[in-house]
Amino acid sequence: MIEARGLSKRFQDKKRGEVRAVDNVSFTCQPGKIYGLLGANGAGKTTTLRMLATILEPTDGTAIVYGYDVVDDPEKVRANVGFLSTATALYPRLTAQELVEYFGRLNGLDETTLKKRVDDIFNRLEMNDFRDRRCDKLSTGMKQKTSIARTLVHDPPVMIFDEPTTGLDVMTARTIINFISDCRERGKAIIFSTHIMSEVERLCDSIGIIHDGKLLAEGTVPELRAKYAEHNIEEIIVKVIGPLQSKSEARVS
Amino acid sequence: MNLRNVGIVYRKELTEWLRDKRTLVSTVLVPLLAFPIIMVGMIFLTTVMIGKAEKEKAKVMVLGGEDSPQILEKLQQVSDLQIVPTTNDYKRQISEKEIRAAVDIPKGFDNALSRGEDQTVKIYYYEGEIKSAFGRDHIDKFFKDYRESVVSSRLSARNLPASIIKPFDITQENVAPPEKVSGAAIGGLLGYMVILLSMTGAIYPAIDLTAGEKERGTMETILSSPLARVDLVLGKFFLVLSASLTTAFLSIVSMGTSFYLVGRPGVISDKGAAALQLHIGLSTVLSVFLMALPLAVLFAAALLTIALFAKTYKEAQSYLTPMTFIVVIPAVASLLPGVELNYKLALVPILSTSLVCKEIVAGTFHWNYILLILLASTIYAAAALFIAVKMFQRESVLFRS
Repeated sequence: MIEARGLSKRFQDKKRGEVRAVDNVSFTCQPGKIYGLLGANGAGKTTTLRMLATILEPTDGTAIVYGYDVVDDPEKVRANVGFLSTATALYPRLTAQELVEYFGRLNGLDETTLKKRVDDIFNRLEMNDFRDRRCDKLSTGMKQKTSIARTLVHDPPVMIFDEPTTGLDVMTARTIINFISDCRERGKAIIFSTHIMSEVERLCDSIGIIHDGKLLAEGTVPELRAKYAEHNIEEIIVKVIGPLQSKSEARVS
Repeated sequence: MNLRNVGIVYRKELTEWLRDKRTLVSTVLVPLLAFPIIMVGMIFLTTVMIGKAEKEKAKVMVLGGEDSPQILEKLQQVSDLQIVPTTNDYKRQISEKEIRAAVDIPKGFDNALSRGEDQTVKIYYYEGEIKSAFGRDHIDKFFKDYRESVVSSRLSARNLPASIIKPFDITQENVAPPEKVSGAAIGGLLGYMVILLSMTGAIYPAIDLTAGEKERGTMETILSSPLARVDLVLGKFFLVLSASLTTAFLSIVSMGTSFYLVGRPGVISDKGAAALQLHIGLSTVLSVFLMALPLAVLFAAALLTIALFAKTYKEAQSYLTPMTFIVVIPAVASLLPGVELNYKLALVPILSTSLVCKEIVAGTFHWNYILLILLASTIYAAAALFIAVKMFQRESVLFRS
């Protein structure tokens, strides 16, 4: 369903020269499963997810999303993906309903299907009270619900979440987590990145630990616990990236 | 390219644009009010000031002439002049606008005149000060009239005809039609204002739809949709173009209405009204609009491309503000006397459009130039649009950090 095949992304930085933001990353995520991508800031998580969502183009390698190649068929990939991150904001001068309808139309829905889909989503997410309110007048929770509605309007089989709960209060974060869990029950293939380990334990069927653009460890939570003899996922991450981190620190000093 | 998607993006951008109060100011209020305020306001002010200065009884000082009661008496009878007592600081008084002018009558003026001797009357005034100029003119006219009457009486005393000093008359007649006159006077201004306002009308939406989106975080949202980048940029481009053309259209309407209202009889003096008579027909307005169209396309595409480089609204503003000067310089150059269309200038964007608009308003249609300018402007516009589409496909521009 989602298959990253040697995904790589290099870019030129004025100070650092050529930077390998993502280096030969491969993993697979099946329908009805959640794959958690974990790592420190700058590890390459966002770049990987942006390549899967075809917002960025890989320098090398590719990924197959719902049968479409991210390099050859980026528009078809996007038509089958719902992408949500803290960076995906809403248009301030559109109402919640107008915004969701806009993305529905861009996804090729006809007006009858669109109306039915929008009514269904607004009922399910309890958004009817603010459907005609402009997005710049919405509370954080309402905004998140509208963002969720945007990703759901075309009912994509693949969902990509890039740190979707960062900076949110407990209640809003809970709405998102429940929504991700709901997506899995509906059989969607889900990639999810986060810094919050409780979310990983609750949601992820398997995880990948990424550092300096490289995928260093992969497996289900029990598998990784057994391999690194650690129960705490945070400790597992430290064990995986620790030696490399020390090396790079040593290089710096 | 998917026209349906371009239309969806355009409608959405239009909805957001119409809900933005800043839009109302930059696209509607500025072009609608710029002309009435700048042009009409200035014209009224000038008319009122000139009228006031003309009606004013100019305070003037007479230096000398104590021994010439005849000329003094005649001077005092001039209704436009008010003679004030003589002091030594007349130059200071003129400079400080206490009096408008002073006239120095040479010693023994009356007697010298009767003896037919040569002498000079000197007028003091302040150059550049309109009321002082009127005072000077009143004195000058008085002395010229007086001189003529002296010449006539001398001729008749010798039984000579008046034609002996004026063997023939000179008259002038204008053959230019009124629209030519107004075209030369303010026609250049019409093209200049349309160009400038179609540029300023495009600046705000161009920033809002690019750097504004980056800053608000909606760029990544839209890029995650299946919309092709070319459709996204075209939807945005058509909105910026609409804003630009709306501003240009409203500026023409505003300018036409202002001149029509001011040029009506009785609103200002007949002399002023005649100068403002704009004989602009609908076909002229449409022609100016047609000439400005490829330029508006060029502005819309170029501004979108430049603003897309910026990460924030402020950064984009700092890039685009100097652009106004780049547009103003060739547009102003077209207003300079002696700058006329030729095949080389027809290839210079902005300047060529401004020059041809001046000619069109003046009723001249040089079709070879018009076609060349349309062709050149369209090529520039297409190139700018092509670059804009390419820029929207570059990650280094979209995700510049």
